Amino acid sequence: MNDRIPGFGTLAVHAGAQPDPTTGARATPIYQTTSFVFNDADHAASLFGLQSFGNIYTRITNPTTAVLEERVAALEGGTAALAVASGHAAQLVVFQQLLQPGDEFIASRKLYGGSINQFSHAFKSFGWNVVWADPDDIPSFERAVTAKTKAIFIESIANPAGSITDIEAVAAVARKAGVPLIVDNTLATPYLIKPIDHGADIVVHSLTKFLGGHGNSLGGIIVDAGTFDWSKDNKYPVLSEPRPEYHGIKLQETFGNFAFAIACRVLGLRDLGPALSPFNAFLIQTGIETLPLRMQKHSDNAKAIAEWLSAHPKVAAVNYSGLSDNRYHTLARKYAPKGAGAVFTFSLKGGYDAGVSLVSNLKLFSHLANVGDTRSLVIHPASTTHSQLDDDAKTRSGAGPDVVRLSVGIEDKEDLIADLEQALNA
Amino acid sequence: MSHDSYNDAYIREILNTVKTVAMVGASPQNVRPSYFVFKYLAERGYDMIPINPGQVGKSLLGKPFVTSLQEITRPIDMVDIFRSAEHVMPIVDIILTLNPLPKVVWMQLGVRHDEAAAKLEAAGIKVVMNRCPKIEYGRLSSEIQWMGVNSRTLSSKRAPIPTQGMRLSLNRSSVGGGSTTAADRVAQLNNKDKNDTA
Ligand SMILES: Cc1ncc(COP(=O)(O)O)c(C=O)c1O
Repeated sequence: MNDRIPGFGTLAVHAGAQPDPTTGARATPIYQTTSFVFNDADHAASLFGLQSFGNIYTRITNPTTAVLEERVAALEGGTAALAVASGHAAQLVVFQQLLQPGDEFIASRKLYGGSINQFSHAFKSFGWNVVWADPDDIPSFERAVTAKTKAIFIESIANPAGSITDIEAVAAVARKAGVPLIVDNTLATPYLIKPIDHGADIVVHSLTKFLGGHGNSLGGIIVDAGTFDWSKDNKYPVLSEPRPEYHGIKLQETFGNFAFAIACRVLGLRDLGPALSPFNAFLIQTGIETLPLRMQKHSDNAKAIAEWLSAHPKVAAVNYSGLSDNRYHTLARKYAPKGAGAVFTFSLKGGYDAGVSLVSNLKLFSHLANVGDTRSLVIHPASTTHSQLDDDAKTRSGAGPDVVRLSVGIEDKEDLIADLEQALNA
Repeated sequence: MSHDSYNDAYIREILNTVKTVAMVGASPQNVRPSYFVFKYLAERGYDMIPINPGQVGKSLLGKPFVTSLQEITRPIDMVDIFRSAEHVMPIVDIILTLNPLPKVVWMQLGVRHDEAAAKLEAAGIKVVMNRCPKIEYGRLSSEIQWMGVNSRTLSSKRAPIPTQGMRLSLNRSSVGGGSTTAADRVAQLNNKDKNDTA
């Protein structure tokens, strides 16, 4: 039997899932249980000691959630994944495995505002120090490397401005520095961009957005590419040294190229606790089954709307990398040839007031703080998601006062354009 | 054959056909990988024999330790080597004196010795290196999926309910050769670097 490489759509439907052993149910059952019985004392001991594969307690593993994990690992081309309660929880768990107090990591300045806050304040209180670099100036990453650097973090398509990061160029800096590259692939999803193919060692997602895709469930996930050697320079003792809580097991030695995902699970998730609900895992994996169809429609709609807005007399500028005059267009064609995603910003000639009035006059677009819903969404980042940044940081992250952000849904594009038209003319 | 990656059919055939497995370097310490693998394979119905001269007189999960491969009186289907690469050649030389010869020699995750592999293959013995039979069994049966690991297999068949001591079906459909994953690509590059500097 030859090993076939199935297409993305086949993996999106099948990876990780199999008819239920007990009932034959074809859709994955929601194992809404906190805990799982042991066969006997020896079985219990071997599960607790990580000697056997199996379930103990839903804070650590759950069969419904496991389907989601394998599915996303397969779509990203990773060795393993760990789902958690939110995108932010995923980032917390990843960095907890990599950093000791006093360590540094380098992050792109162009990130989701919530991530900028998490890194600047919450992480700082743990003694994990972020050093910012500019994704439009790759040498700024190189200049930021010190002996304390433990990781580099970027977004593939950055929220809110939809700019594209040159993943391969940043991966080269990470490789030279001997640290893993972490890519937040939330806005692209593996349908548009597969960061592991471009040198990412760890991929994180907010499943809340396009992967779940229906605006109904929070979730996050960590994908281990299996590409980083954690034991090489002794920089990552969590993975290379004996773990006291598991009687001296060395994780990389025991679990090989999926040791990072195991560390995130048996240390990070077990001890910090942000477990995903099995019900959310069910909704999100059901969403993923249609990811290729939705993502293409999202991107195609976004491109049509960006083109229409560019020609509108009241619009000052449109920042969509799918437009041929955009500064990120070359990167978009290289990294996201199927489409540049559905999140972008534009500014109005009428400035702040025109932005506020547009948002309040729209009838199909919903004014809310999320992206990646089937429904089209709109927000004014400067007064909401990015409001806690100072003016300088707002502008640098692409959320200046005159900027409006869209997350284009999968409705019919003619209706979305008509809604924008009536709101702009109101 | 190349040992940079293995297709699933090769590994599946080995795990589906071997019965008696002698583990060189089996440890009685329950946090060592060799202990994990020994226990797991025993639970999946393989006839396991622990080899460790320092432990003779004791037993591992009810199986008495033996000093060396030559001491084993029944035919061995597979030798699983849990020793680092520099200890491999002398073990291979012993393996080649066995009668009958084992069908398979498996070297654990992190262990690779191309010269030893060539010698074994010249004698008609199949070789697997730098892999773990527990991980591969868990992957091909998809049991490892409980831990969020990408099994790289798909199946639309109802799985049997796993019970203790049960052999699981490994005959799922594989999704592409090992060389398609980033992890295997990097492992190949690392190995090439090692060979280039050697
Ligand atoms: C790019 C990006 N990363 C991370 C997050 C955080 O995810 P969550 O809200 O699921 O914690 C978001 C949320 O907006 C996001 O857009």
